[in-house]
Amino acid sequence: MSTLTAGPASTSEDSDFLTVEPVTPARVLRSEWIKMRSLRSTALTLLAGIVSMVALGWIFGWANNANWSELRPDEQALFSPIDATLAGYRLAQLAIGVLGVLLVTGEYATGMIRATFGAVPRRLPVLWAKATLYTGVTFALMLGAAVAAFVGGQQLLGTHGTTLSADGAVRAIVGVAGYLALIGVFSVALGFIIRSTAGSVATLFGLLLVLPTLGLLLPSSWQDNLLPYLPSNAGATMFNAHTATDALSATTSLLVLLGWVGAALAAAAVLLRRRDA
Amino acid sequence: MIEAKNLTKKYGDKVAVNDLTFTVQPGIITGFLGPNGAGKSTTMRMILGLDAPTGGTVTVGGKPYRRHAKPLQVVGALLEARAVHTSRSAYNHLLALAATHGIAKSRVAEVIEMVGLQDVARKRAGGFSLGMGQRLGIASALLADPETLILDEPVNGLDPEGVRWIRDLLKGLAADGHTVFVSSHLMSEMALTAEHVIVVGRGRLMADMPMSELIAQASSSVVVVRSPQAAALADAFVGADITVSRPEHDTLEVTGLTSAQIGDQARDLNISVHGLAAKKASLEEAFMDMTRDEVEYHAHTPTGHHIRSAS
Repeated sequence: MSTLTAGPASTSEDSDFLTVEPVTPARVLRSEWIKMRSLRSTALTLLAGIVSMVALGWIFGWANNANWSELRPDEQALFSPIDATLAGYRLAQLAIGVLGVLLVTGEYATGMIRATFGAVPRRLPVLWAKATLYTGVTFALMLGAAVAAFVGGQQLLGTHGTTLSADGAVRAIVGVAGYLALIGVFSVALGFIIRSTAGSVATLFGLLLVLPTLGLLLPSSWQDNLLPYLPSNAGATMFNAHTATDALSATTSLLVLLGWVGAALAAAAVLLRRRDA
Repeated sequence: MIEAKNLTKKYGDKVAVNDLTFTVQPGIITGFLGPNGAGKSTTMRMILGLDAPTGGTVTVGGKPYRRHAKPLQVVGALLEARAVHTSRSAYNHLLALAATHGIAKSRVAEVIEMVGLQDVARKRAGGFSLGMGQRLGIASALLADPETLILDEPVNGLDPEGVRWIRDLLKGLAADGHTVFVSSHLMSEMALTAEHVIVVGRGRLMADMPMSELIAQASSSVVVVRSPQAAALADAFVGADITVSRPEHDTLEVTGLTSAQIGDQARDLNISVHGLAAKKASLEEAFMDMTRDEVEYHAHTPTGHHIRSAS
């Protein structure tokens, strides 16, 4: 390459405009934003999350309206137009969770983490920046997707639909977005704890999908004491308009979910400081 | 300036770095030499705070690396294993690192040009050749114009032009007053670039001296003498420090005497000499001897077997 003949290219002589500032949380956040937007997988996975949320909401709205007469009377009585059009979160949470994990494990798998910690050797600012950024991004996008799913879904439900002013509608929409953002930050923490993509994704899916089902095999007295505290069930109680009467309150469910996220972040922070990168 | 004091790293029972104490001075290139597995990379990772020492301390510019407010301005590092996300472009990789220290985009463009990657800067780093990957690593290391450069095997996988480029770059940086610490398992490469050398074997410090001194030590004073009366001449060389061997019928290898002494003595005995040359042991040989000793040392200690099987 012709540029090689330019010689050793001393770094100082042509660096009159080189200013170097101290590492701050805001600068680490900016760095993480650049990293996040410069990977194609970010846009694709977030798009998958949005499509899951919106498309499923519309499909559930349309399908229930078209087949309303075939529903049994008890199904009709229990039908919640709010919950039905927001049900896409069950799929969206998987996309959000996988991307949250990948933001971290992708760096461990490629060795990028050494460059990251070379620039930010205190390490913890990286955890906080990734967690903050991903919470913000997922909450904003999923709030938009939930509104779109709800509004479009109600249109498609026709006479069986409801409006934003209905009791519990806004709480459900904001709650779904909040739940997905918390799942996002939880998976970021999980990525720092486990560090491998396969292990983190398996753990996340086990917690969100497998444990709630497995738990149904427990004696019912155990079920009542354990199942409401799983993140997926706590999330559902937090935002669903229709919930079982013996479920936790919405506030308690939110606290339970925050407890999961807080514990995961604390474990990630401790391990991040202790372990070799 | 890098200062290591009693630096030790153990992985379970295996001692990767064993009580290393050394100082790397600014203004010169210091070579960090040792066979693969000698603990060079682990030592460099400890300097950068990526691995925590089991014992001892290491500081850069008087403080542990992680205590610096602008770490990239203190140390720029190129580690042996790649440290780049394969799906991200070289430009965005550098931009993300620059953002942590508020470094301008113009500087990113500058280092890209400096290492000659401008044609591929927008392409995925995963598709880079080994040489291009090394160049990107150097660009990252130079980003904040650091006082100290740490490079782990920088010429690995480079073509001759690239090797020369690295050598010139390092010499230029050292001449500008930077501290340059470069590891290699190749003595010959170090002999060309380093002014000072730190040699490790099995995690232990073997030597810490100017390169010239190491070269002088390595050039052991073996003199090769060719003579038709080799046997008669051999009998004449007697002394406590003198050893003589006769690898061939008409050839002697003598240690403990200079060429001049041997020539004079042959003349006095009226023995004709057809060849007289000081044989220089190669640096590579000296280095191998040094580290071979270290391996044997461990093999004879009670825990030696364990150390060997664990490695």
